[in-house]
Amino acid sequence: MYTYSLEHTNYLKKIRRDKIIVFTFRFLIISLFLITWEVLAGLGIINTFLFSSPSKIINTLINNKDLFKHIGVTLYEVFISFSLTTILGILISTIMWKHNLFSKVIDPYITIINSLPKVALGPLIIIWVGASTNSIIVMALTISLFATIINIYTGFISVDRNYITMLKSFNASKLDIYRYVIIPSNIVNIISTLKINISMSLIGVIMGELLVSKAGLGYLIMYGSQVFNLDLVISSIFILGIISYIMYFILDRVSKKLTIYS
Amino acid sequence: MKILEVSNLKKYYHTPTEEILALDNISFDVNEGEFISIVGPSGCGKSTILSILSNLIDKSSGEITINNKSIAYMLQSDSLLPFLTILDNCLIGLKVTKKLTEENKNYVINLLNTYGLGDFLYKYPSSLSGGMRQRVALIRTLAVKPDILLLDEATSALDYQSSLIISEDIYNILKKENKTLIMVTHDISLAISMSDRVIVLSKRPSVVKNIYEINLNNKSTPINNRKDKEFSKYYEMIWRDLDVHI
Repeated sequence: MYTYSLEHTNYLKKIRRDKIIVFTFRFLIISLFLITWEVLAGLGIINTFLFSSPSKIINTLINNKDLFKHIGVTLYEVFISFSLTTILGILISTIMWKHNLFSKVIDPYITIINSLPKVALGPLIIIWVGASTNSIIVMALTISLFATIINIYTGFISVDRNYITMLKSFNASKLDIYRYVIIPSNIVNIISTLKINISMSLIGVIMGELLVSKAGLGYLIMYGSQVFNLDLVISSIFILGIISYIMYFILDRVSKKLTIYS
Repeated sequence: MKILEVSNLKKYYHTPTEEILALDNISFDVNEGEFISIVGPSGCGKSTILSILSNLIDKSSGEITINNKSIAYMLQSDSLLPFLTILDNCLIGLKVTKKLTEENKNYVINLLNTYGLGDFLYKYPSSLSGGMRQRVALIRTLAVKPDILLLDEATSALDYQSSLIISEDIYNILKKENKTLIMVTHDISLAISMSDRVIVLSKRPSVVKNIYEINLNNKSTPINNRKDKEFSKYYEMIWRDLDVHI
């Protein structure tokens, strides 16, 4: 077996030590937060009716039989809007990249729509699309799609000109250039756009659910606040946090698999 | 045998405010197996000639006759794709031209092995030095088996020693593979040491100022050619032609 030099062993040790420190502190922060919260609630220093407490949240999570249905509804809507944003975003960026004039024509419109506060569109969307899952998805799309197009398209047109000229010197077609240079050069950019998209889709879906829905975590938050069941509100927010972390974690793993493209 | 003929080549560049004449009636021809250098002041349109020959840009007028020969262009920057292995980088031209056969692939692997890159087939470009990257770019260009190779300042991004060595490499590789070379450079020494003929262009709008047949006493490889007694004579003549002022 190959044995490392002392210096290398120390280097490996340092990496491991740093990892342990990061993990321990992350763990400490969340536990300290939860314990303090629980203790303060137990001692009656904070009003559990307004601020709830970890044990009450756990209670709510266990006893609310419909919870998983609501989580399912929200996840489903996030999944649909995230997929639609990804597909449409890449598709429209591709068309814009392929047709320079088209991109020049629609560029200002995308910028304008992207900078509109989307909440303002909420009532319109509900009237146009109807108070249903569809309007939630449309709302999520308006939030995430245009930023996605801007990000991905910018990535497409910032690819090193030299790579393109090199391919053109072999008489490459536009499709060749797209396949061999544009897409592989943009894998990292696309993944990081998708990372942002996940949270944007979640924001859009929750916003939509707050406005129209009869199910989902956004609905639970709205319902909970109307009947002053703040345990339910805080529990839902707690689950939202976990969901967005898990989704981020998955994409992060995927992007680490693709380091060669960075 | 003449394999390429350029006559009265003209090229205008267009901007919204003006029309710039870059090349004005450029004419020259190239024989099979010949090494030709084009030198000229910077911005005179040397690279434009190569871009036109390789169909990257259109000419404004003039005739270009290529007798059934294929041309490949090695650009100034090596442009190795960082996400492809060295082998895949070398195969990209074959993929694009839809000529990726087992036989052509083996030809490329052979070239890589022959020219000292055998250990790097499955490594990525980031693990190579500047000179090695340039050699990979050369092999990528040779992969499509061109008859005529166009070379644009292939060594200018390298340090002096590496550029000497890589020009020696390029010379040997091209001679051995029986290629015809048209290269563009601002480096007079490189041009004389590599070529059979040197074409000197004037400032923009460029015309052919002179074409020198390089007859050294002992024609050898580029590094040795630099030591030839006749070398400095050509250097002085071309230097005078270029009329360099700083």
